Amino acid sequence: MSIDTVPAAGATALDATAAVVTRRDIQHRLLMTIGPILAALIIAGCILLAVGVDPLAYYGFVLERGLLSPLGIQQTLTRMAPLLFLAAGLIVAFRAGMWNLGGDGQFLLGAVTAAASAPVFVEVMPAWLALICSFVIAMAVAMLWSLVPALLRAYQGVNEIITTLMMTFLGTSLANVLVKLMIRDPGTTVPQTRTLPVEDRLPRLFDTTITSGLLLGLAAIITVHLVMTRTAFGLKLRIVGANPRAAIHAGLGVPNLTIAVFAISAGLAGLAGAVDILGVQGNVRADWNPAYGLAVIPVVFLARMNGFAAIGFVFLLSVLSIGGESAARRLGVPNHFTLVLVSIVLIVLALAEYIDHRYNQSRRA
Amino acid sequence: MTGLFSEVFLSALLFGAVTAAIPLLLAGLGEQMSEKAGVLNIGIEGMMLAGAYLGFVGAFYSGSLWLGFLTGAGGGIAVALVMALLCVRIGLNQIVIGIALTLGLEGLTALLHHFQFSRSYPRLPAVDVTVIPLLSGIPVIGLALFRQHLIVYLAVALVFAMGYIYRRTQLGLNLQAAGDKPAALDVAGIDVARTRTIAVLTTGALAGLGGAFLANVGAGLFIPFITNGAGFLGIVLAMLARGRPVWVLFGALLFGVCLSLTTAMQVAGINIPTDVIQMLPFLAVMIMLVLFGRRASLPAALGIPYERGVR
Repeated sequence: MSIDTVPAAGATALDATAAVVTRRDIQHRLLMTIGPILAALIIAGCILLAVGVDPLAYYGFVLERGLLSPLGIQQTLTRMAPLLFLAAGLIVAFRAGMWNLGGDGQFLLGAVTAAASAPVFVEVMPAWLALICSFVIAMAVAMLWSLVPALLRAYQGVNEIITTLMMTFLGTSLANVLVKLMIRDPGTTVPQTRTLPVEDRLPRLFDTTITSGLLLGLAAIITVHLVMTRTAFGLKLRIVGANPRAAIHAGLGVPNLTIAVFAISAGLAGLAGAVDILGVQGNVRADWNPAYGLAVIPVVFLARMNGFAAIGFVFLLSVLSIGGESAARRLGVPNHFTLVLVSIVLIVLALAEYIDHRYNQSRRA
Repeated sequence: MTGLFSEVFLSALLFGAVTAAIPLLLAGLGEQMSEKAGVLNIGIEGMMLAGAYLGFVGAFYSGSLWLGFLTGAGGGIAVALVMALLCVRIGLNQIVIGIALTLGLEGLTALLHHFQFSRSYPRLPAVDVTVIPLLSGIPVIGLALFRQHLIVYLAVALVFAMGYIYRRTQLGLNLQAAGDKPAALDVAGIDVARTRTIAVLTTGALAGLGGAFLANVGAGLFIPFITNGAGFLGIVLAMLARGRPVWVLFGALLFGVCLSLTTAMQVAGINIPTDVIQMLPFLAVMIMLVLFGRRASLPAALGIPYERGVR
């Protein structure tokens, strides 16, 4: 993986010509995003036709319920909150060349920790302080969970893909064990944690149902983007990602940086879990695993680990999943079609980027 | 406690372990070949699901288990073809495409199952076993290991066949070179893309077969998301095995025993949540890694698309 140069859109355009170039660049980027999405919708539409569903009706519902209706867009924006945190965590890891594929385990443990601690905290302290404490504990637990893969990678060179994948299997099971045995709500027969009262959850924005977690998520991903592109610390991490051996020769403390990367990445995944619980869900049910992490990984790649582009792609993912869920309900298609749609969008976007790259190369040559 | 360690219980436990291990073994062997050739195949979960679904459909309509295995392997190959085209020929990011394929096949197989069977889950008849004379007479082990479906023995034989291919044949060397230094292979006049395509398609066939085994022999039916992470376990096994097929076999059996223990404990009425037992194999491997963790010997060019003339 190479270091991306600072994206052109982020460069300050001072003179007029540069401004024109930037605008053309943005237009180009938009075209290269919307075009493939339309192509993907057509391909997915053929699948819908094949199973006897009217694709136009389906997409109509997706658009209406995911984007245009007030309730739909609010749900979409709410769904973005945990995804943004996860994407932020992955950006740090991937830019530093570390394959943290254990996001789901870290997410769930963060969620379970938040669900266990928040109802206890609200009884002894004001709600805002309780929320902050829950966030911090959730982050700390997720960080701790990543310590073993981090240490193994930093000092033994054990490949982190294996260790984080195994830790995510372990974490998923551990989260279930905790919910079923340790922190189960004695008041219900269903195995789940105590429910955080709605008035103690993260406040909603203005008069909407959008969680304020969205703002936290946006703040997280923009901070991460700026730290990675504008600070010395970010530069160090990108050097480690580009060439770990060169980083050692440059005098960087690679083991410590490795541990820091894992801690930040896992901590953000833990916060993603916490923001979903404290803002939306209120409790964790046994065997609950939304597996957001798996869908966010390709999104971060397509955004080329650029925080702002990732926000756009996360928004797209949310529209598709929220809209797809209700379209499926209305038309009697199983919700699984959303997965197919997301998959086709990802593949066509990747293909379009390749074709664009090839075209630019041949034009330059 | 006598009931727990009775002969019947132990052989049922072992039998279950072998049944649970075979899909993991096939997935692990397949992933190993891809990784050897330098392709990190994260789409293997999707290939297994395609195999499980098509394998089940094939066996269900034809009534022949073998035809089911064939269609299952075909399903895996079909997904692998997409992967080979996009990641080997064109050189798209293997992680993006792999995850996209896994997500897509999760959705597609569940969707097709819904439209085909609605909410019913038809079952296949119990499988015929091949009894190996003499050996099957051994108490406990005989019942568990030597009264299995023929494909189980073939899968174990495949472990040694793979070992032979990697150590003794030109193809094995080519695969290794494609993963470690593709440019060298190219200079030697051997097509890197072709070598890697062979590896990815073989992975597809093995993963599809593993999925078909999981559905047809292991469960006897198809339910959406039936693989439940088996493909990712295959990736873990392949990476832990460091290129040696026999280690994949041992790893698969370890995980198989733990999966089988989960069911056996429930049958025996011991009240430990299944999640605790499911954690055991991962805990064991993590502890092993902490104690003996050494630099993993992964192929140098793993995950990097090969483009001629690019440094």
